[in-house]
Amino acid sequence: MSDSVTSDAAALENGQPTRTAAFEKRLKKRYAAERRFKFFGLFAILISIAILFVLLGNMTINGIGGFQRAELQVPIDFASSGLAGDADTLSQPSAIQTLEMQGLPEIVQFSAQQAMGEAAAQELSQDAWREVAADLRADPALLQRQETFWLPASGNLAMGLDGEGAPDMQALATQLEREGFLEKRLDWGFLARSDATDPQQVGVWGALKGSILTMIITLALAFPIGVLSALYLEEYAPKNRWTDIIEVSINNLAAVPSIIFGLLGLAVFLWIFPNMRSAPLIGGMTLALMTMPVIVISGRNAIKAVPPSIRDGALAVGASPVQVVFHHVLPLALPGILTGTIIGMARALGETAPLLLIGMRAFVATPPDGFTSPATVLPVQIFLWSDEIDRGFIERTSAAIIVLLVFLLVMNAFAIYLRNKFEKTW
Amino acid sequence: MTVIHEMDDKAEAKMRARDVSVYYGDKKAIDDVSIDIPTKFVTAFIGPSGCGKSTFLRTLNRMNDTIASARVEGDIELDGENIYSSGMDVVQLRARVGMVFQKPNPFPKSIYDNIAYGPKIHGLANSKGELDEIVERSLQRAGLWNEVKDRLSESGTALSGGQQQRLCIARAIAVDPEVILMDEPASALDPIATAKIEELIDELAGRYAIVIVTHSMQQAARVSQRTAFFHLGKMVEYGPTDQIFTNPREERTKDYITGRYG
Repeated sequence: MSDSVTSDAAALENGQPTRTAAFEKRLKKRYAAERRFKFFGLFAILISIAILFVLLGNMTINGIGGFQRAELQVPIDFASSGLAGDADTLSQPSAIQTLEMQGLPEIVQFSAQQAMGEAAAQELSQDAWREVAADLRADPALLQRQETFWLPASGNLAMGLDGEGAPDMQALATQLEREGFLEKRLDWGFLARSDATDPQQVGVWGALKGSILTMIITLALAFPIGVLSALYLEEYAPKNRWTDIIEVSINNLAAVPSIIFGLLGLAVFLWIFPNMRSAPLIGGMTLALMTMPVIVISGRNAIKAVPPSIRDGALAVGASPVQVVFHHVLPLALPGILTGTIIGMARALGETAPLLLIGMRAFVATPPDGFTSPATVLPVQIFLWSDEIDRGFIERTSAAIIVLLVFLLVMNAFAIYLRNKFEKTW
Repeated sequence: MTVIHEMDDKAEAKMRARDVSVYYGDKKAIDDVSIDIPTKFVTAFIGPSGCGKSTFLRTLNRMNDTIASARVEGDIELDGENIYSSGMDVVQLRARVGMVFQKPNPFPKSIYDNIAYGPKIHGLANSKGELDEIVERSLQRAGLWNEVKDRLSESGTALSGGQQQRLCIARAIAVDPEVILMDEPASALDPIATAKIEELIDELAGRYAIVIVTHSMQQAARVSQRTAFFHLGKMVEYGPTDQIFTNPREERTKDYITGRYG
């Protein structure tokens, strides 16, 4: 190396051309290094894309089954069933009980027996009549005529249709499928129902609604507190030992394992609100603790990135410090703050551990009707289902994961839209 | 085009600085500067880099307040009122003493909003029509109106460097200041844009007290009627520009002007 350097220097001194052999060699080496670096970068990106595709593909293939369920075809003749009722009585909240007392479950069972035989009728899901009742409430005119329903089969028969489980069930399933009574049908109800013990009856709406309510609380608490903290620390706080301590604490807070926040929520929030175990309010407050430091850190960086010349310009025309912050600094920092908020919210949305500790792992069969009623959230629901023994839950779990990912995508897309809307160049 | 302003020694002092020292922490950046800045004339501050001329300029509208470690001693008066007294409202002061910076720094807003921002926060316009008038007048005074009148809603940052700087001058004019401070306003611009800025300074001089910091001695000679030479935090010499450039009293001034150092 030193040889070539001295020879180059000599070449310069002697007025010879600088493109000596050594120079050419070094140039070649430099280009080679550049090509190598490009190749490694491309390789890394391809690997990540491949992994992403494998993950999404796997989820989709498994999850498609989760959006379907085995259903039996049952024709019911209401006109001759003796069920009484009209639009008025069926619209009352007690209509389900009335129908049950009038013997709707038996009518459904009997109709199935008539159509498919005793053995098949036994394998109708226990709660199948509830879906009939729901349809009746939606359309009371059904009571005057005959109607064909697709009703959920039992878990055992569903397994038989998949070629698993007891041999006699497999045989029955094959026979019913051949006769056209049993088939896998798209189950939109999965998005409208809540948790249940029977995988044929479960739905994701309760958990989805719980997640949405929890995220609303998290955002409503973490965003304003985080942004205001970032603004204060960056624009107003004096630079002294106290602010240094606060800064270090916030950075540490962002790195604390999430389960610790769960313990804090359990010890503090549930102590203040003892009757709100597993409520979205408490869950949201706990997750807000976790999200806030992420927003503060990204917010401070975004505020720091606003050029000082913009502040000077605003001050020089006589803007007060508060006007400088709210008219100039905050709007320019907003895209960066939103990016940090997306990251923090995405992390909160996928969080399970702290919510387990504050009781959000309870079996909740009805969707929460407010911020204070018991709820579960999507990741906890996924965790609970993945723990179930019943084979039918495997595909339901994948389907719930897809719902979670879509929710995440929608949230991110909205945040990116907002960010692009506010983004400005200077 | 160029208007020659006759230097009048009895010119009324708009700003008056007495024994001003500025410290950054323990470091003394400005040492005992006293100067009278006349109204309706251009005063130039020249001197080598790091001599404190920009620092002193920033004390005139208290822009140094934003630097936590900066400390100012001595008196600076605007129309006889001490601007560092507790009764002085900084926001009002900066509306009266505007500033244009070295690098053009338009807000990332539309051209219209750039100009309208100052009048809006000071409540100078009672209606949209009045605001439109202020914007047009300011842009016209800054010699930018004909170039931008058809695209007032476009971003101020989309203009060329020279246009951006004139936009910043228009922004300063819009709040109707009495003094305009310019910190090397043309140092980031090409010669043609620089010539336009200098022409503009010349036109504005009859209306405002203008203080310009510059590295270019030719520029100081071209646009100013009075020149102050700064060196190592001290004001070495202050007088009519002609005299400073043709017949400086101080040896150091002469050395700097003849290019011995700087």
